[in-house]
Amino acid sequence: MTEETASQGIPEPEGEAAVIETDYDVGQDNVEGSVGPFGFDIHNPVFMISGLTVAGFVFYTLAFHSQSEVIFSWLFDVVTKGFDWFFIGVANIFVLFCLFLIVSPWGKVRLGGSDATPDYTYMGWFSMLFAAGMGIGLMFFGVSEPMTHFSSAFGGVEMGEDGLRSDWSPLGGAAGNQYEAMRLGMAATIFHWGLHPWAIYAVVALALALFSYNKGLPLTIRSAFYPLLGERVWGWWGHVIDTLAVFATLFGLATSLGFGATQASAGLNELFGFPVGAATEVVLITGITAIALVSVLRGLDGGVKVLSEINMALAFLLLFFVLLVGPTLALLKGFVESMGAYFQYLPALSNPVGRADTNFMQGWTSFYWAWWISWSPFVGMFIARVSRGRTVREFLICVLLIPSLVCVLWMSIFGGTAISQVINDGYTVAQDAALELQLFKMLDIMPLASMTSLVGIVLVMVFFITSSDSGSLVIDTITAGGKVDAPVSQRVFWCVLEGAVAIVLLLGGGLGALQAMVLSTGLPFALVLLLMCWAILRGLMNERRQLKATEI
Amino acid sequence: MFTKIMVPVDLPHAARLERALQVAADLAGLYQAEVCYVAVTASTPGPKGRNPEEFAKSLESFASSQGATHGHRSSSRAMVSTDPSIDMDDTLLKACKETGADLVVMASHVPNVADTLFPSHGGKIARKAGVSVMVVREG
Repeated sequence: MTEETASQGIPEPEGEAAVIETDYDVGQDNVEGSVGPFGFDIHNPVFMISGLTVAGFVFYTLAFHSQSEVIFSWLFDVVTKGFDWFFIGVANIFVLFCLFLIVSPWGKVRLGGSDATPDYTYMGWFSMLFAAGMGIGLMFFGVSEPMTHFSSAFGGVEMGEDGLRSDWSPLGGAAGNQYEAMRLGMAATIFHWGLHPWAIYAVVALALALFSYNKGLPLTIRSAFYPLLGERVWGWWGHVIDTLAVFATLFGLATSLGFGATQASAGLNELFGFPVGAATEVVLITGITAIALVSVLRGLDGGVKVLSEINMALAFLLLFFVLLVGPTLALLKGFVESMGAYFQYLPALSNPVGRADTNFMQGWTSFYWAWWISWSPFVGMFIARVSRGRTVREFLICVLLIPSLVCVLWMSIFGGTAISQVINDGYTVAQDAALELQLFKMLDIMPLASMTSLVGIVLVMVFFITSSDSGSLVIDTITAGGKVDAPVSQRVFWCVLEGAVAIVLLLGGGLGALQAMVLSTGLPFALVLLLMCWAILRGLMNERRQLKATEI
Repeated sequence: MFTKIMVPVDLPHAARLERALQVAADLAGLYQAEVCYVAVTASTPGPKGRNPEEFAKSLESFASSQGATHGHRSSSRAMVSTDPSIDMDDTLLKACKETGADLVVMASHVPNVADTLFPSHGGKIARKAGVSVMVVREG
């Protein structure tokens, strides 16, 4: 056929952009074929290695349960406690880097070339940002985290026998001072959910979007390393980077699905009296996976996007309900005060060295930073996928500043209401409840409790579904060497595998061990992200040069 | 009878579409029709172009080489979709409207059990398109 005679033409993106000249063709390492009637198009060897590694780790965790638990939690301790300064330090760099890019002239560079137009509206884009990486967390921690920090700060500083602090309060605490404890509690919560996590996601997303849409490299994690590794990125260096990303994404999703099912079944038991136990949990995971599959089969626009928008609307409804029914004026005032407290405590909270509040710094901040960073390949890649056509400035404002603001609003309304229930009404049930029930206990003494609780449960489930769906999309793209048009059966494969791994680990034990393992991948990825910042700078500089050259 | 024939092509696998391409060329000769080659790409880099513009160029040169080989008028239209694996059918139906084609000639595989989960593109287009559709089995 004439296929081979068709010339590839000179690289020419939409408008101006500086495509990287490489001899690598997207999909050149791919293997195509079919298993029975189902076709496949996978990257060799990333797909096989990823699949085997996943199977290997599941087997190891099940077969050597106690040993794996010891090893992985040791690893996790070393990572979050030994490298706390590193996590906190690099996260600060990411925030400053993103803020700098917003005001720098490089902010003008458009992802996809100077004439590209956005694929999604603000609303759709925005909803998907939350759906992938943070929605579930907001549901679980919206009430419990401000409450926990408030309580521990109120309790003040306690010294252990070893001369180190044994309390978990942030910074110096605020012993006996309700107002100050609340401010400190809100500041600490916002610190964990505001600029820092979103900056982590933004760095990965920006690197991938830039190198894919503007530089013409395949949409996989390794592409961001091209400025550093050059053509070697298509070899084993790249295979390792991509496999690590698949590993972190799949186990990150599977373990949180497993734990999520445990929590959701506790919630369902509390609210509707469903029996608690492995059977309910397996049914929940199967159900969530099944609905995620339907969403997978409906694709990005008909599946994830629609579900994300529905969920966003529901979440805002719940937010406004709590705002209106709760102590409205106090909450609005609280929002402004929390922002003030955040900026006041930000320098102290983000200080990486010489801290006395070891428990808080290692157990909360360092843990969260490892968590966000280990999720960043997944969330970053998904954000990149939906962000074509935005300028760097627009991208960072919408991925960093606005989501941070939404998180502040969410935390100050949910946390504020719960704390106000404790302070003003003496209602401590929510404070004393298990983590996954705190939101529901708070809603309990508000009007229409059965309805709002149901909305809460639906939100948790749908956030799980959108995470599972977008996760399968991301893993499939990575294991297909950056091709986004591989047969859908592959996405189905990953989606099912994720549910299966969650069930096997839930029944066989080992969710905790593997989650510790996944969080430990945050350490190598933190280094990876630092390098990405450098790669972004080089890429943007080159892009600007090109733009200027054509203007002249 | 027909003035513009739309032929959807899977550009990276165009070699597999031999029969459909031949039939389209024959019909174009018979009716003195123009053949419009349509292909769908994602906005991310792919094997046939590192961006949609490059992909459109690849398709254009494919179309003109087809036209030159078979001696019929040819044109091309590259469609961009955010999720081509899933939105293929809808994108092709949109292309059918936009190009104003009055006949679609497209390749399809022999139906198999996988079609219950992932229905074939040819079947869906034939069911939904407002114009005549000829589905050519490629074995």
